[in-house]
Order: sequence, then C-alpha cells, then structure tokens
Amino acid sequence: MEDDAPVIYGLEFQARALTPQTAETDAIRFLVGTQSLKYDNQIHIIDFDDENNIINKNVLLHQAGEIWHISASPADRGVLATCYNRTSDSKVLTCAAVWRMPKELESGSHESPDDSSSTAQTLELLCHLDNTAHGNMACVVWEPMGDGKKIISLADNHILLWDSQESSSQAVLASSASLEGKGQLKFTSGRWSPHHNCTQVATANDTTLRGWDTRSMSQIYCIENAHGQLVRDLDFNPNKQYYLASCGDDCKVKFWDTRNVTEPVKTLEEHSHWVWNVRYNHSHDQLVLTGSSDSRVILSNMVSISSEPFGHLVDDDDISDQEDHRSEEKSKEPLQDNVIATYEEHEDSVYAVDWSSADPWLFASLSYDGRLVINRVPRALKYHILL
Amino acid sequence: MAAAAAAGPSPGSGPGDSPEGPEGEAPERRRKAHGMLKLYYGLSEGEAAGRPAGPDPLDPTDLNGAHFDPEVYLDKLRRECPLAQLMDSETDMVRQIRALDSDMQTLVYENYNKFISATDTIRKMKNDFRKMEDEMDRLATNMAVITDFSARISATLQDRHERITKLAGVHALLRKLQFLFELPSRLTKCVELGAYGQAVRYQGRAQAVLQQYQHLPSFRAIQDDCQVITARLAQQLRQRFREGGSGAPEQAECVELLLALGEPAEELCEEFLAHARGRLEKELRSLEAELGPSPPAPDVLEFTDHGGSGFVGGLCQVAAAYQELFAAQGPAGAEKLAAFARELGSRYFALVERRLAQEQGGGDNSLLVRALDRFHRRLRAPGALLAAAGLADAATEIVERVARERLGHHLQGLRAAFLGCLTDVRQALAAPRVAGKEGPGLAELLANVASSILSHIKASLAAVHLFTAKEVSFSNKPYFRGEFCSQGVREGLIVGFIHSMCQTAQSFCDSPGEKGGATPPALLLLLSRLCLDYETATISYILTLTDEQFLVQDQFPVTPVSTLCAEARETARRLLTHYVKVQGLVISQMLRKSVETRDWLSTLEPRNVRAVMKRVVEDTTAIDVQVGLLYEEGVRKAQSSDSSKRTFSVYSSSRQQGRYAPSYTPSAPMDTNLLSNIQKLFSERIDVFSPVEFNKVSVLTGIIKISLKTLLECVRLRTFGRFGLQQVQVDCHFLQLYLWRFVADEELVHLLLDEVVASAALRCPDPVPMEPSVVEVICERG
Repeated sequence: MEDDAPVIYGLEFQARALTPQTAETDAIRFLVGTQSLKYDNQIHIIDFDDENNIINKNVLLHQAGEIWHISASPADRGVLATCYNRTSDSKVLTCAAVWRMPKELESGSHESPDDSSSTAQTLELLCHLDNTAHGNMACVVWEPMGDGKKIISLADNHILLWDSQESSSQAVLASSASLEGKGQLKFTSGRWSPHHNCTQVATANDTTLRGWDTRSMSQIYCIENAHGQLVRDLDFNPNKQYYLASCGDDCKVKFWDTRNVTEPVKTLEEHSHWVWNVRYNHSHDQLVLTGSSDSRVILSNMVSISSEPFGHLVDDDDISDQEDHRSEEKSKEPLQDNVIATYEEHEDSVYAVDWSSADPWLFASLSYDGRLVINRVPRALKYHILL
Repeated sequence: MAAAAAAGPSPGSGPGDSPEGPEGEAPERRRKAHGMLKLYYGLSEGEAAGRPAGPDPLDPTDLNGAHFDPEVYLDKLRRECPLAQLMDSETDMVRQIRALDSDMQTLVYENYNKFISATDTIRKMKNDFRKMEDEMDRLATNMAVITDFSARISATLQDRHERITKLAGVHALLRKLQFLFELPSRLTKCVELGAYGQAVRYQGRAQAVLQQYQHLPSFRAIQDDCQVITARLAQQLRQRFREGGSGAPEQAECVELLLALGEPAEELCEEFLAHARGRLEKELRSLEAELGPSPPAPDVLEFTDHGGSGFVGGLCQVAAAYQELFAAQGPAGAEKLAAFARELGSRYFALVERRLAQEQGGGDNSLLVRALDRFHRRLRAPGALLAAAGLADAATEIVERVARERLGHHLQGLRAAFLGCLTDVRQALAAPRVAGKEGPGLAELLANVASSILSHIKASLAAVHLFTAKEVSFSNKPYFRGEFCSQGVREGLIVGFIHSMCQTAQSFCDSPGEKGGATPPALLLLLSRLCLDYETATISYILTLTDEQFLVQDQFPVTPVSTLCAEARETARRLLTHYVKVQGLVISQMLRKSVETRDWLSTLEPRNVRAVMKRVVEDTTAIDVQVGLLYEEGVRKAQSSDSSKRTFSVYSSSRQQGRYAPSYTPSAPMDTNLLSNIQKLFSERIDVFSPVEFNKVSVLTGIIKISLKTLLECVRLRTFGRFGLQQVQVDCHFLQLYLWRFVADEELVHLLLDEVVASAALRCPDPVPMEPSVVEVICERG
C-alpha cells in the first residue's frame, strides 16, 4: 500500500494555521499560514496531486504579520481570512482581515514550483475586520453554506458578526454580543453550525462551550465545565444536527448532544497532551481527526454516535476488484468505536489538522516546526465504509 | 455299722505288718468287707479312712490298699529289713492281731442283739398289716355306697339347676333392661353433674342395643329419650367447645366425646381448626402488638421466644391433638391440617420477618443469631409433625434470607466504615494545613486507615461467622455450609467490599470538577498507596483468613486472588496517575498564569528569578516530601549529578542562536529549524501524561514533565521582547538548578527547558540572550 504512505512537506517557518480551500471541490488544496517574527510571513498554497503523489506549492506573501488563524471562504476560492499579529511599539495586537489571492493561483498553478518561490506574489487586501474596540482576534469563521457574505469573528470576549459587501471589499459590523462575567473572559475558538439554516454558532472560552443564535446574537445553550481545563477547539457534526465535538487541555475529546448539556455523549482519552484540534470528516462523520501537542494525530472511528451507525447497506456482489478486502468484509457488521490510526510523523506539537474539502479520504496536519503531513484514511477502512 | 467299719482300720493301719501270710489274710478279708460296706454307703475309701490318699492305692505292699498282696509284702520285708526290725515288726503285728480279734468279738455281740430286735419288729409289722387290710376293705364298700347316693342326689337336683340357671339369665337381662330404662335419667344426671365422659360411655354402651331393638315401642321410647338427652349432651359439649376458653387439652377432650357421640367428624374437624385458629390468632395478635410501633419493643430474642412458646407451641399442640382425634380422616384431614398450618405459619413468618427487619439496622449479631436459632429450632418440631406444611423449609428460608440481608448490611457497614475513614483522613489532612504545617503523618494516617479497615473486616467476619457456629441449629443446612460461605461471605462480603473500595477510590479519579480539586491530592496519594498495599499483601491475607474461617466447600466459582490484586493494582495506578495529573495541573496553572498575564514585550531587564518559579520549586519540594512519605525512592537513571556541568549545554542552543542572529539572512531561514530538528532526532519523544510507576521519582518526573510541557506551550503562544526572553532564560536556569534532583532522568528536564528557551527565542523578534554567567549569578542570588 505505498499509496497510503504519508506525504510530507516542510515549511521554512513555524506554522499554526491550516485550512482546506473550502470552495474548491475538485482539487486537493490546503492553505498554510506561517509564523515568523523576523521575516515576511507567507501563505503556502499546497496542491496535492493525488494520482502522482506530488505536492505543488505556491507562496503568497502575507506581510501584515504572523498568522495565527486562517480560514477560506466557502463561496469564493480566491478569498480567505486571516488573524495575524501586528506588533507596534511594544504592543501586540491580533487583527483580522479578508484577502484575495491572485487570480491565477485560485485554481492552483501547476507550473514549476521553483518558479513561484522566486517570484512570491502578494495578497490583495479586501478589507479589515476592524477590532480596535474589541481586542485580539482569536478566529474568523465563514458562514458554511452561504455566499461568503457573513463572517463571524471572535475578539477577546466579543463575538462579532460581519456582513461583507461589494465582493468582500467592505465589511460592516452587523451585530455583536459579548460575554460578561468576572475575570478575563476570552474566546479561544468558534465554529459555525451547518444545520438550522446556518443560524447557530458555537464558541469556546476557558472550560465552557456556548451556543449562539446569529439572528438575535443571544446565547442558546451553555455547557459549563465541558472540559477539565481550557477548551481548545470544537467542531459540528456535519450530518447530525445537535452533535458537537470538543477538545481541550485535559487531553480529552468529548462528544456532545447540545440538547443535553449535562453529560457528554462520549469521551475519548487517547492523547497524552493537550488536544488542539478536532475535525469531523465532512462526508463520513464517524471519522474524527484530532491533533495534539503530544505530536500525534489520531484518527478515530466513532461509529456508535455517527449518522450511519451501521454503515452503508450494500449488496455483497458490488465488491468488484479488491480481493484483499473480502476478508475485511466478513467482519463488517459489529463496528466498534475505536482508534483507526495514530500518525506519528510529526516531531513537534500539532496545532492544526483538517480534512480536504475535495477528497473525503484525505487530511492534512501541521506541526509547529512547519511540517505539513498529508495522510489518507486507511484503504481497508475506506472500502469498509463505502461498501 | 458304719461306726464299726470306720473304727476298724483306723488304729491298725500302720506300717506294722506281719511277715506271715496267714497273719495277713484276716485284715485283707476285713478290708474287703469294709470296702463293700463303704460302697454300699457311697463313701470313697479315702474319705472313710479320714487320711490323705497318700500312697498309691494299687501298691501291693500297702497293708490297707485294696490290692494288697501279702507275698509281695513279705518278700519286700524280708529283702529290705534287717533282723531286728523284722522282729519288731513281728511283735507289733501279733499285738495288732490280738487287738483286732477282741474288737471283732465285741462287734459280733453287739450285732447279734440288734439282729434279734429287728426280727421282733418285723414280726409286729406283719400283725399290723393284716389289720390294715380289713380296714381297707371296709373303706371300699363305704365309697361304693357314697357314689351311689351322690348319683341319686344329682339326678334329683338336675331339674332345679336348670331352672336356677334360667332365672339367673333372666336376672341379668332384667338388670340390663333396668339400665336401659334408667339410662335417660342417668344420662340426665350425668349431664347435670357435668360428667360428660360417663354420659358418653353410657350412651355408647346402650346405643347398639337400642339400635337393635328399636322396633319395640318401649325401647323406641327409651331410644328417643336417649337421643334427646344425647342431643342435649352434644349441644352442651358443643357449647363448651365453642366457649373454648378452657384450653387445648379440654377442647380436645370435648371433641373426642363428640366424636364418640357420632357427630360428623368433618364438621368437628372444621370447628376444631376454627377454634384453634382463634387461639393461635390471639397469639399472633399479641406478637404483633409486641412488634407494634410502641418504642420499647422487646429484644428480638424475647420476641422469638414468645413466638416460639406461644404460637409454635400452640400449633404443635393443635397438630398433635388433631392427628390423634382425626386420624381416621385420612389424607384429606392431613391435608386440611397442613393447609391450616401453612396459612397460620405464613402469617407468623410474616410477623417474624417484620420483627427481624427491624433488627437489620442493629449491630448485635450474636443476639440475632441466637434468636434465629431459637426460631428455627422451635419450628423443627412441628416441622416433623407437619411435614406437608413445609414450615421447617419456610423457616430455613427465612433464616437464609436474614443471613443474606445481614451480609448485605455488613457490606454496607464496611463501605460506610471505609468512607468514614476517608472522611477522617480528609479532616486530618485539612487540619494541620491550617496550622501551617506541611506533611501530616501521612504514613501514620495510612497505617490508621489500613488497620481500621482491617479491624472492621475482621469484626464483620466474626459477626457473620456466628451464623455457621456448630451449636446453631441451622448451621448444617446446605446453604450455610456452602453458598453462604463461598457466595455470601467470600464473594458477597469480602470480594464485594474490595471491589467497592476500588470503585470508591477510582471514583476520585473521575471527579468532574477537576478544577475545583475536590479531592485533596494527599488523599489520592494515600489511597493509591493503600490500594498498592492491598495488592501486595492485604487482599491475600484477608481472603486466606476468610477461607480459613469459612471452610468453603462447594463448587461455586470464586474470584481468584489474582483478579482482585490486578484490580487493586490498576486502581492504585490510576490514583497515582491522577495524583500526578492533579499536582501537575496545580503547578501548570501557576506557570500558565505567570506566562499569560505578563506583558513580555515591555518587560524590564531581569534582575531576579520570578517569584512564581520559586513557588514552583517550593511546591515540587513539598510534593517530593509528601510522596516520599508513602512511596519508595525509585530508580534514577545513573548519571552524573553535577548539574552545573549541564549549565552551558542548556543554553548552547539559545547562545548559538544569539550568535547566528546578526548573520541571519533570508536565504538561510532553515538553520534554526534544522538545529532543533536535528536535536529532536536524537532525543526520544516525551510522553507527557504517561503512566507512572509506583515510586517517588517516577511520580515527580510525571509532575515535572507536565509542568514544563505546559510552560513550553504557553511560551509558544506569546511574543517576547529581548528582556522577556532573558527573563525566561533566567527562570529556566533556576528551574534547571532545582528540578533535576527530583526526576529519574535529568536529561528530560534539560531537554524540556532547552526547548522552552528555544521557543522563547523563536518568539522573540530581537533575540539577544543573556550571558550565562550573569544568568548564573542572578539565579544564585535569587
């Protein structure tokens, strides 16, 4: 199975920000933002040629500052948003902005890679998400199914809903809400639910998970002490509304039904350090990917709480070519929740993992030392799920 | 004659014998005569002679012997004796012969006289007999006459005799008739006097006759009268029976009489049982009253005694009387009795159970066991009587149930005791902290807890053991010999307790409020040690103790010691891991706060180690002491403990970066990464929250790993100014100075701290590290 071997790509700088190019559904393409205090930061557009197992990259300069978070517009392949640090007279402020990449890179250029490295192109600034009144931007999320007009950003203890206009060249603060309470409340992460007509957003601050209605900007649910320590990330099950996964510094991944906030549906404790990222597979929500600062990426199979708890019902005759999967086929029925694989290609903390938006069997993970690893779901499991 | 015969030989039987043959002939003949007389009188020769039968009677030389041979004698004398002696013999012999002759003469004279008188007597007798013959003849004739007369008389009297016999018959009949005629009045009288037994006997005697002659009008009248009276009698009896106050024996008597009167047994049987029921129910009610809510209920022993003597005794009596009275009823009657006993028995059992249930909370097992013993023993007697009612089985069942509940109660008690111990420990842990002292005698507390639990277990075992004592009547039931011991005591109580102990302990690991830290870490540590001790020794000790006390005989599968040990070990491991996490978290939080809240960009040049680092070292030392109280030191990786040697290498990477910094060119951005990557290639991956081993070093290593990893992650999230970086440098060196001694592999601390400094340098736009010597000076000062 040499096809299953991971593909590794090294960046020159530290990096934390990774996103698939959400609007692209044909080519496997990831965007990686670097962190460097001394040099111009870059956004690497990484194209993965599945057939030839080759990576093509294009580098865009992001001179505004080091990138802490990156997200791509679901509607326009060329539009992306970043959260970046801007250092000015011994003050660090994290800002957010919406950018457009050069037209020719939108669909990926398959020209010679060394060519592009010499002539690094620059991003075109569309608009700033002005946060001078609100503090540091933690993350920016796009409305998942929409036309790329609505953006939520989290700034310290504020949740801001932006309306971008005139092909994103201008963003207007539509509404906002803020957390009040004692101590310094700070959002760490947020996700936009693809269900309920995209009217719900979930956020994490400290150990608490909160759900918000974007129409009224009011809180709909709150899971206090969702984790023993800081909640690092969360994700919505794309196929099963109300289901939500979260991860945090207590090394656990928890699965929640937001209708019952007292108890998690399921808890995984596979990592040996903080879990920074959790992602549901977009099509097969039993596949859950987690990245942790123990330098591991773990792919879990959460069949029991997925939208297809019994797998697809398909006639056995359909199995055509692969003989070696027949044995797999026999033990198909009683699927258990388990860890499918632990990927140990990283040597530093993994701060970002994500699935490709084009190929549901492919995912990328990024560690702090700038190593990007592209992996596939084990083929046996893939056929198991499909057939 | 006998006297003469005796006198004869006695003087002359000396050895003196005449040598002459004719001389010796005479005594020989006399001897023969003597012998014959003796034979006649049945005397043996020796006895008659009155001397010991010394010499051989066959000796022919014996003068007095029966086989005396004079020739031989003479020969012998002549041959053996000298002349003088022969002469002496001869004179002696002559003298003896003379004496004998004179004796013989006297004898002859005497005998002659006697013979003459005998002849006279015979002659006289002849005369007398002749007279007697005449008298006899006369008697015979007289007798014939008498016989004749007698025959005549009897012929005359024959006729009269027959008449007299007939008259006597008539007389008897008349007396019977009279009895019959008098019967009604007698009966009445008897009834009036209350002599029911007599009346029934009369009635019984007359009944058959009256029955037989009822076609005669006069008898019929009598019979009718009798029946009336009998009916009255029966009624009175019934009345008495119904009033019933007089107790079971009298009632039984009544029933017996009624039965004799021919009352329908079925009905009587019902009534009898109904009465018995009434009485027994009264007993039950009184028992129930004892049971009632009134507070000073008698103790359970008294209760079962009352029940035993009152109810069970009553039931026994009833059953015995019933079986005696209604034996004729056959199996149907027995069935009725059984049903009766079953019903009342079940009510009794219900009461007993209620009472026993009240006892469940109490602690005194011996009293309970004694009460149960009495209860059970008492019920075995009617059990034999009423086997069909199955009372004994039901009683055994109750005892079993109580025993089971008792076990449950003890398990509950043990759990409570364990929780109580934990509460005590919590308090003990909380108290000295207020006084500002660190390390309350953890080892002492542990010993206290262990011994207290053990003593509780032993007490429970002893209490439960009462159920199987030999003298207790139910201890030989199969349940108590087998299942009770193995499933109940061993599995239910001991194994159950160990399980629940492990679970309780484990539940501390899963406490949701991890931030709240509801469980003091010292408690976790103590529990972990406790579980480990259980694994190594206590479990097998307890189980051996149990197996010895309760000889487990049956085939039920029992939990092996190894399983329990594994569970305890797992619990200990989890607790210790949790302890590490909790303590690690405490220190992590401190470090994290210190990194997150500081403005690293505009910080001043470091002059001191930050207070938080000192605090970290202090806390780590405290933890080290705490763990050291309960766990062994553990193995350290053999390495030179000279920490100062490492000082330079710690900063080597940051120094190198410092050196490189000015010469950085955009073409060589890979260097730092390359460096750290190469470094990582040669170091092992650090598993931060890895499972710990049961020793101090491992625990401390775990805590420090967690803390430093947190520091690293937090540093990476910040941006540092030049002095910020230097501060981190100072802090890390300080930690380096003090933390290496706690861990198993000091390389680990170096590595992590190196990485912290390296990361800080990366996060610094202007990385100018401090001179190591300055760092050292600051650390030593601080």
